[in-house]
Amino acid sequence: MKFDTPATTNPIDQLKVVGQPIHRIDGPLKTTGRAIYAYEWHDPNTRYAYGHVVGSAIAKGRIRSMDVTAARSAPGVIAVVTSDGIGELKKGEFNTAKLFGGTEIQHYHQAIAVVVAETFEEARAAAQLVKVDYAEEKGVFDLAAARDTAVKPEEDEPDSAVGDFDGAFSAAVVKLDQTYTTPDQSHAMMEPHASIAAWNGDELTVWTSSQMIDWWRTDLATTLGIDKEKVHIMSPFIGGGFGVKLFLRSDAVLAALAAREAKRPVKVALPRPFLMNNTTHRPATIQRIRIGAGRDGKITAIAHESWSGDLPGGGPEVAVQQTRLLYAGENRMTAMRLATLDLPEGNAMRAPGEAPGMMALEIAMDEMAEKLGLDPVEFRIINDTQVDPEKPERPFSHRDLVGCLRTGAERFGWQERNKQPGGRRDGNWLVGLGVASAFRNNLLVPSGARVRLDREGVVSVETDMTDIGTGSYTIIAQTAAEMLGVPVDKVAVSLGDSRFPVSSGSGGQFGGNCSTAGVYAACVKLREAAAQKLGFNNADDLIFADGEVRSGDRRMPLTEAAGDEGLVAEDSIEFGKLAETHQQSTFGAHFVEVGVDVATGETRIRRMLAVCAAGRILNPITARSQVIGAMTMGVGGALSEELVVDKERGFFVNHDLAAYEVPVHADIPHQEVIFLDETDPTSSPMKAKGIAELGLCGVAAAVANAIYNATGVRVRDYPITLDKLIKDLPELS
Amino acid sequence: MRAFSYERASTTEAAAKAAATKEGAKFIAGGTNLLDLMKLEIETPTHLIDVNELGLDQIEPTPEGGLRIGALVRNTDLAADERIRRDYQLLSRALLAGASGQLRNRATTAGNLLQRTRCPYFYDTNQPCNKRQPGSGCAALAGFSRQLAVVGVSDACIANHPSDMAVAMRALDAVVETVQPDGTPRSVPIADLHRLPGDTPHIEHVLERGELITAVVLPKPVGGKQIYRKVRDRASYAFALVSVGAVIQPDGTGRVAVGGIAPKPWRDEAADGELPNGAKAVTAKLLTDARPTEQNAFKLTLVERTLSAVLAEARG
Repeated sequence: MKFDTPATTNPIDQLKVVGQPIHRIDGPLKTTGRAIYAYEWHDPNTRYAYGHVVGSAIAKGRIRSMDVTAARSAPGVIAVVTSDGIGELKKGEFNTAKLFGGTEIQHYHQAIAVVVAETFEEARAAAQLVKVDYAEEKGVFDLAAARDTAVKPEEDEPDSAVGDFDGAFSAAVVKLDQTYTTPDQSHAMMEPHASIAAWNGDELTVWTSSQMIDWWRTDLATTLGIDKEKVHIMSPFIGGGFGVKLFLRSDAVLAALAAREAKRPVKVALPRPFLMNNTTHRPATIQRIRIGAGRDGKITAIAHESWSGDLPGGGPEVAVQQTRLLYAGENRMTAMRLATLDLPEGNAMRAPGEAPGMMALEIAMDEMAEKLGLDPVEFRIINDTQVDPEKPERPFSHRDLVGCLRTGAERFGWQERNKQPGGRRDGNWLVGLGVASAFRNNLLVPSGARVRLDREGVVSVETDMTDIGTGSYTIIAQTAAEMLGVPVDKVAVSLGDSRFPVSSGSGGQFGGNCSTAGVYAACVKLREAAAQKLGFNNADDLIFADGEVRSGDRRMPLTEAAGDEGLVAEDSIEFGKLAETHQQSTFGAHFVEVGVDVATGETRIRRMLAVCAAGRILNPITARSQVIGAMTMGVGGALSEELVVDKERGFFVNHDLAAYEVPVHADIPHQEVIFLDETDPTSSPMKAKGIAELGLCGVAAAVANAIYNATGVRVRDYPITLDKLIKDLPELS
Repeated sequence: MRAFSYERASTTEAAAKAAATKEGAKFIAGGTNLLDLMKLEIETPTHLIDVNELGLDQIEPTPEGGLRIGALVRNTDLAADERIRRDYQLLSRALLAGASGQLRNRATTAGNLLQRTRCPYFYDTNQPCNKRQPGSGCAALAGFSRQLAVVGVSDACIANHPSDMAVAMRALDAVVETVQPDGTPRSVPIADLHRLPGDTPHIEHVLERGELITAVVLPKPVGGKQIYRKVRDRASYAFALVSVGAVIQPDGTGRVAVGGIAPKPWRDEAADGELPNGAKAVTAKLLTDARPTEQNAFKLTLVERTLSAVLAEARG
């Protein structure tokens, strides 16, 4: 199905099932431990072997030699696979660093060997016996020091300019010129990377934890130098990913190589410390923002420049992305510069671009509002735009940022905010309120599905879409149920299998809208086939409801269309040019109240509110879960999350969950989410947009602004830990 | 993790004797620290002596009016004990500020005292660490040191002791009771249990090889207001940047021990004497010899401000 004109009325608009607060259909499987995650697949008739990764102990250099003699003769060891033995592997399209290092070491903990043994414990013990002689080289690990060496990246659009920024900025009555930094961050999801690989002749089956089945399939085939058709990927349940499972990872490659060598299925899980240095992370940024405005609060000039680093062949963190679109202003420029760093690969983490970009921009907006003597909510409203400010002929498809800000201000009690920073006390707490806009683009990715109706009236949906904890199973079931007029419990959804039609996958907050639109397309085909089979010639007034197909006075049971052999339809949604003619984005507003301990500078969240305008909400329960999870991640980014770089040794030091601190329950006392009631017919037949990343964008800045409001101390370097506040807190009596 | 042999000890004397005679032997109690370290091969015992069934899990009154806490009393049970909650609130509060419910259910009193540092370089066997591998150097000194010690440190090591419980024990003047490999008991005041690193940071306490902690004795209750204030980046499940354990009497005198800043719970009786003069005076004495890094110098201010808040709370 080609989607190239805005959606009109369609069966989804009935909202009998879609849009209803249905609990996730895979919930009971998860709460009873019956959802099988990658490492847990277990066939009692199979003797699995266990692989343990060996990671590089240096950040940059070469391997002179590797001695695996002791490892090979250790108890239980079946094989030791090193790059020596198998030669150089090709690199997948989506990988920057090699997943299995050769003689050249690109980053700390890069995989250089896998030890295979009869048990996990034997493999782990033997992995410690691999002795490596390195020729260490000096690397570049410090972004701030490398900033001046950063260059204009080749791909995408690193720069943009409209009007005369320099002239308008120097002429502006009120000006801001500040620099902000965001640190490297880790996805730190619950389920570590894990794979089981099994060869059957030249065919390979891999159970793994992947957000994007087809990307993994393609890149695994490329890496191993085999035909993609010979690779079968299974990933029906995923314990979180946040982007680190978008692209093929070393566990799958190591498992495949190990299984080939061991001639048995092999399980490989990456130990937790490998998450930080073996995989990918959100790269650190340095961001300079300049804003000029008139006394009326209207922005006349806005500039956003960002510096980030990556391994050779990598890309920049696109932290200026939102500044091209979020606020009005006739004179504008953005620029991204990329330094070469020898740290592990930087890549996508939840809301790449906007998440760190909004961390900086939305503090700058708060600072600018203060300079103008304007309420920060009003300042944002004054600078709303209904068109792409770089290309004014291009309207937003639907944009209600103002509604989010106004609704949030009212519901949060924004008028209680003390305009004088440091002016509100509650016992030992300095109390402050902060606001930030939320913004994230809506991305459209083709997505396919296969739908089958059987004689019992059960609808089966198959797509290689993944559910990374987001609720894909549920909203896909709701979509099929709505389209075919059956209850949700008559829909069986199968996901995460490369034998199924290729879907959008889960990433960039496009999965919810796009994968359900793909299911919609397949269901339209199934409806046509059913109608034809049941002898409905005029399909215009067809109604699928209550297990029946109706037209005028005629009604037929849906099961009759299935017959004994069942009815199958497959289709894919393809998106036309609507995203070019219209800017599609999602909007919101974050409001946060913090308390800062007047003595210690500890910041604790007191309450949070997010208001979201993101098209149709397909399921308010799963959507809310996405937003509160994102808000929680935003609190981590604001207050504690930082991969600490050892600038001498070139690695992320705090590489476990004790030292890389994500929020715990005690940090998150009260969250509320409001969805504005809206649809966006340009995005898909579902009229939905992304929601999962929107919930993150702006949160950290709202926290930062609340801390400023509480203390009068402006911190521009994340995370805002107490050591950055304590010297400026009031004297204690 | 390396392969090891295992035995379950039946008496404290037998346990101590076995530990002294078997090369590479270690005691295992709750295992909440040791097992993690073994998985990473930071600890590589060849023999484990399980002391869980020695009956050391009782809390009993002493003739002096205090309490004898068995070495194997779990943190959860100790924190919840009625007598501890009534007479030694500081200890109960410190315990509950530590770790998580699951860990406290396993972790023991003796094990808590002997837990090892959380310095990230200690935990990464690819990095130099004088504590883990004597003579290899200290990566933390020029590296990531925000969490680490500011006082009692040396050029060889700036690791800190992570325990909350030990801070309270130090303020309460607890005494550690042991049995030595020859079967004779001895008592070690908690102030003397941990050693400063000097140039031997791998030697962390004064216990002899094979010596087994059997109990920790609390002197009779000291009354006063007992406050444990733990400062950390997140609200739970994090090690202290700084913690202050204080017992403050109505006349303003008292005692204070500080956690998170040193290789051992940090207390100086001379600093206690300054309590009536306020936090600044106490901190000046406590941190006289502080040698912070650029990254953790904030702890000096933080100790003073936290103590100031604790004293204000004590005044009510």
